[in-house]
Amino acid sequence: MLRVVNFAHGTMYMLGAFATYYGAQLFHLPFYAALIAAPIVVGLFGMLLETTLLRRLYGLDPLYNLLLTFALALVIEDLMRLLAGAMGSPYAVPDALSGIANLGFTLYPVYKLFVIVVSLVICALVWWIVERSPIGARIRAATENPVLVRAFGINTRALVTWTFGCGVALAALAGVLAAPSTNVQPSMGDAIIIYAFAIVVIGGLGSVLGSIVAGFGLGLLQAIGGIVWAPISTTLIFIAMVLVIIVRPAGLFGRPEGSR
Amino acid sequence: MNRRTALVCGVLLVLAILLPLPPLRIYPIVGIDLVCFALFAVSLDLLFGYVGLLSFGQAMFWGGGGYVTAILLSHTHLDAVLVVVLAVLYAVVLAAIVGAIAVRRSGIYFAMVTLGIAMIESFTAFQFTDLTGGENGLPLDNRGHYFGFPIENDVVFYYVVVVLVALGVWFALRLVGSPFGGVLQAMRENEQRLVALGYRVNRYKMAVFTISGGLAGFAGALYALGNRLAGLDMVDWHTSGAVVMMTVLGGIGTIVGPIVGAGLFESLDYFVSKTPIGGETNLVMGTIFGLCVLLFRRGIVGELLILMGRRAKN
Repeated sequence: MLRVVNFAHGTMYMLGAFATYYGAQLFHLPFYAALIAAPIVVGLFGMLLETTLLRRLYGLDPLYNLLLTFALALVIEDLMRLLAGAMGSPYAVPDALSGIANLGFTLYPVYKLFVIVVSLVICALVWWIVERSPIGARIRAATENPVLVRAFGINTRALVTWTFGCGVALAALAGVLAAPSTNVQPSMGDAIIIYAFAIVVIGGLGSVLGSIVAGFGLGLLQAIGGIVWAPISTTLIFIAMVLVIIVRPAGLFGRPEGSR
Repeated sequence: MNRRTALVCGVLLVLAILLPLPPLRIYPIVGIDLVCFALFAVSLDLLFGYVGLLSFGQAMFWGGGGYVTAILLSHTHLDAVLVVVLAVLYAVVLAAIVGAIAVRRSGIYFAMVTLGIAMIESFTAFQFTDLTGGENGLPLDNRGHYFGFPIENDVVFYYVVVVLVALGVWFALRLVGSPFGGVLQAMRENEQRLVALGYRVNRYKMAVFTISGGLAGFAGALYALGNRLAGLDMVDWHTSGAVVMMTVLGGIGTIVGPIVGAGLFESLDYFVSKTPIGGETNLVMGTIFGLCVLLFRRGIVGELLILMGRRAKN
């Protein structure tokens, strides 16, 4: 949306998971509280980064922002490694969500079901805010033509900061959700960011719906690919990306580059 | 090539020749790594510095060249010179294909697309353990024969690599100084105008991407020979990231800058790993790189060249 590609996004996801872990360890924070607290804390941290560092580079080629966030990702990841160790720590699934649900046609872990429902709700909410609400209209306008929007008396700087913060908070929320099902470790953000990039390229940058569709579609594709021929499941997403770029360079739901 | 660049080149070449000798006495394998990374960074500079295309998947050519070298040397009895030629050929063909896909996008998308495609190769190298050794990498018993002669002495091989890399850098310098290089830089400055002038910009982008991939493959092949190993880290995206850091740190669009950047990066990485920070060298490298992006985007040599230019005028 903001035409800032955040290499540190995976790192924020990792921080979300760690915030959950440390919240439980140090303050006995229950999982549901972490679901709200961790994204807020990490989101504020993201806003701090945006105002102190990223903002300085807005006038330049967006590539420099990519490079800076890449540097941030490296630094934060290594810091966490020094603090928490590289091995990672397990985080227990909350009692109420553990166990297995009988869906009639198949058995499924309750926690995974919970994650699916929460992410669907969040996705719908984000899509509505960005595409339909007045705030979303302002954000889209501010990326389209910041000068004009500023002339209308809207503080675009603050808008950008808040949007960035919200994006970071969402990444952190994903981290919180992932904490119980994966090992919480510093390199967990590393793996996910490249997948996220591929998803965004496929969906079309700046298109929330595109990313959602591509994200769920590729999750499905990967699962099916894994059944058909296991070694291909990890590469399938990137092969899909190549195909999409050949057929539709702007991404499935993206507008052509010229009209941005 | 102007006089300032020539001066920096000369200093670097003398330094490269002196490295394994007293009083510096750099361990020759470390020297080979350093020089190979220098050429690798130069290959990236051709793309990023001169065309404005940031490839975040450059390791696929470097690692690809390395793997092809190791695979051919361990499975066939080909002369190592031919093996290196084939490794470069592999990188060139791969780069031509990837280039054809990637140049359809530019800017940050280009970075993401190259990164994604590089992941395909990296996963493939990981999966096909029979051919690549998987996580263990593919070690070599020896460096093979060069026109029939073995070069197992590390110092001798270091100097061979220095000569080859110097040729590669010379080639890059000639390229950016040629009319072709002029078109590339014009493309970076104002692509629309070149389109209006009738240039087929995508063909130029593909051409330079292919050349850049070939150089990276060449550097990777030499690196694998020097270490007698091709490992997964060569195709890993962190390597692509590291070479981007070297290039920007040294100064993009200068060709000589990335050489300095690679040297600094590798030596700093080596020294930091000896401190209590240990393996977490990215803490330091990332900080320096971040400051570089924030404060001196022209890079070390970029700023230096400008400083020298100013002095020459006064």
